[in-house]
Amino acid sequence: MTRRIGAIAFNTFREAVRDRVLYNIVFFVLLLVASAPLLGKISAGVQRVLLVNLSLSAISIFGVIISIFVGISLVSKEIERRTLYPVLSRPVGRGEFILGKYMGLAATLIVNTVAMSVGFYLAMFIMMRQFTGADANILIAVYFLLLEFLVVIGLALLFSSFSTPLLSAIFALSMFVAGTFAADLREFARMAHGPQRWLASSISYLIPNLASLNVITRVSHDQFISAALVGYNSLYAMLYSAVTVCGAILIFSRKDLK
Amino acid sequence: MLAVEILGFEKTYTTGFWRKQQKIGLKSLHLEVQQGEVFGFLGPNGAGKTTTLKLLMGLIFPTAGHARILGKDWRDPAVRAGVGFLPEQPYFYDHLTPLELLDYYGTLSGLSLPDRRARIPKLLERVGLAGQGRVQLRKFSKGMLQRVGIAQAVLHEPAVVFLDEPMSGLDPVGRREVRDFIQSLKREGKTIFFSTHILSDAEALCDRVAVLSGGELRGVGVVSELTSENRGRFELIWQGSAALQPMKTLAADCHVAGEYVRTTVEEARLQDALDLLKTQHAKLISVNPVGGSLEDYFLEKLGEARR
Repeated sequence: MTRRIGAIAFNTFREAVRDRVLYNIVFFVLLLVASAPLLGKISAGVQRVLLVNLSLSAISIFGVIISIFVGISLVSKEIERRTLYPVLSRPVGRGEFILGKYMGLAATLIVNTVAMSVGFYLAMFIMMRQFTGADANILIAVYFLLLEFLVVIGLALLFSSFSTPLLSAIFALSMFVAGTFAADLREFARMAHGPQRWLASSISYLIPNLASLNVITRVSHDQFISAALVGYNSLYAMLYSAVTVCGAILIFSRKDLK
Repeated sequence: MLAVEILGFEKTYTTGFWRKQQKIGLKSLHLEVQQGEVFGFLGPNGAGKTTTLKLLMGLIFPTAGHARILGKDWRDPAVRAGVGFLPEQPYFYDHLTPLELLDYYGTLSGLSLPDRRARIPKLLERVGLAGQGRVQLRKFSKGMLQRVGIAQAVLHEPAVVFLDEPMSGLDPVGRREVRDFIQSLKREGKTIFFSTHILSDAEALCDRVAVLSGGELRGVGVVSELTSENRGRFELIWQGSAALQPMKTLAADCHVAGEYVRTTVEEARLQDALDLLKTQHAKLISVNPVGGSLEDYFLEKLGEARR
């Protein structure tokens, strides 16, 4: 089973690479190169804050776009092109197929994020001429971004298992946007009363808490990130992804392939 | 043990969003395929052939009924290791080369790395793609993709091979090659279950055929018996008009085209007709059996279905 999932994951990764999905890294590098002269005109302290904010936000945006738009086509493209038929006519379970696809895209995003992070650290070294202990803290923010991508891929897979690619993209994007405001919604639920409180609270737990995964501003200002938050976020992202992937498997396992 | 046993497969599709309608894809299909035989699944477009194959491959789920492949439940994943499938007009990952694609499918079928390395080049040679192993599939013609499709279907040396319209869209040379390939699989003792609407292919390849129309099974039979049942008339062509009048006592319709005359006679009267031509000094051009083709049987079954 592991070998089959691994083969599907590797094929998904290879497809993403050959479809030039990773070309966004080039755009990222160009963005850093283009913004460097502007940042150079600002004082050293602010320069670092801006570089961290700009780079991590770019990693986040590129990653979320790939997670959603590649994620929604992971299964639908295979059904539409009927490339799935020779796969599922072999001793491959539908759950294995979904898991392999998920892991393949996750691997693509890990490579993408690692490459961008290397680019970011290079840019920072060129600009600051040195690394400090606080720079290592930024890796936590990068790790949280990866967790965010894992959650978004799960959502994209879940929606694409029962909906059209266009609607899946809309749903996944909506969930992503709502997820970034999850903390506000929870705060609102805390203050509300009656059915309103119940409704707001339910929605706030249903949507992914992506706000908790965004520590870009904090790391850019050298603020401390606790080990407890790292643990909580890791567990939360893994559980949330597991639930969405299981949902996708459950729906896909009952689906007729047209 | 039977290679394939379909026990009452039914498939109903629900169409429409607001006003849902039921569309019957397959009506209670019962079918048995013996091991080692080439079984043709005939029917016009929309007859339910692909639906049956998709049901057997677990790509869609039956509304009712079940099946056994090599004695086991058709949903059992272990069964799939012994089954090969070529979908209709196959499309593969076009970013891959045939070597990469077959390696991927081989892994999914549970083949070890040494097995894949040994089998894939040989198989590519067998399907006529020996020099194309490292070319991306996006550069392949339809005929070449069909060859890749056949290669992936037999890569893991399955006991039963399902082929959905394997000759569809191929030129005469391609069709001939696929036909030869199917015959070679038969010689290896594999069971082949293939759907087609090209009757000459079915007649040349199949031991038995089933005719499907409107989602319903119309008939099953041994090809040699079906064709001999309808046999019994011969077409005669000769040169020389002297035999024309006396021949009309043996055959009702005689068609004259220039110096040539053509007619058909019943098998019982064939010898008399040949003797007559000899006595009239006519030059015999050809004697050929007519009718009795699978096409007759097929059209007869479709006709019954329409009545």
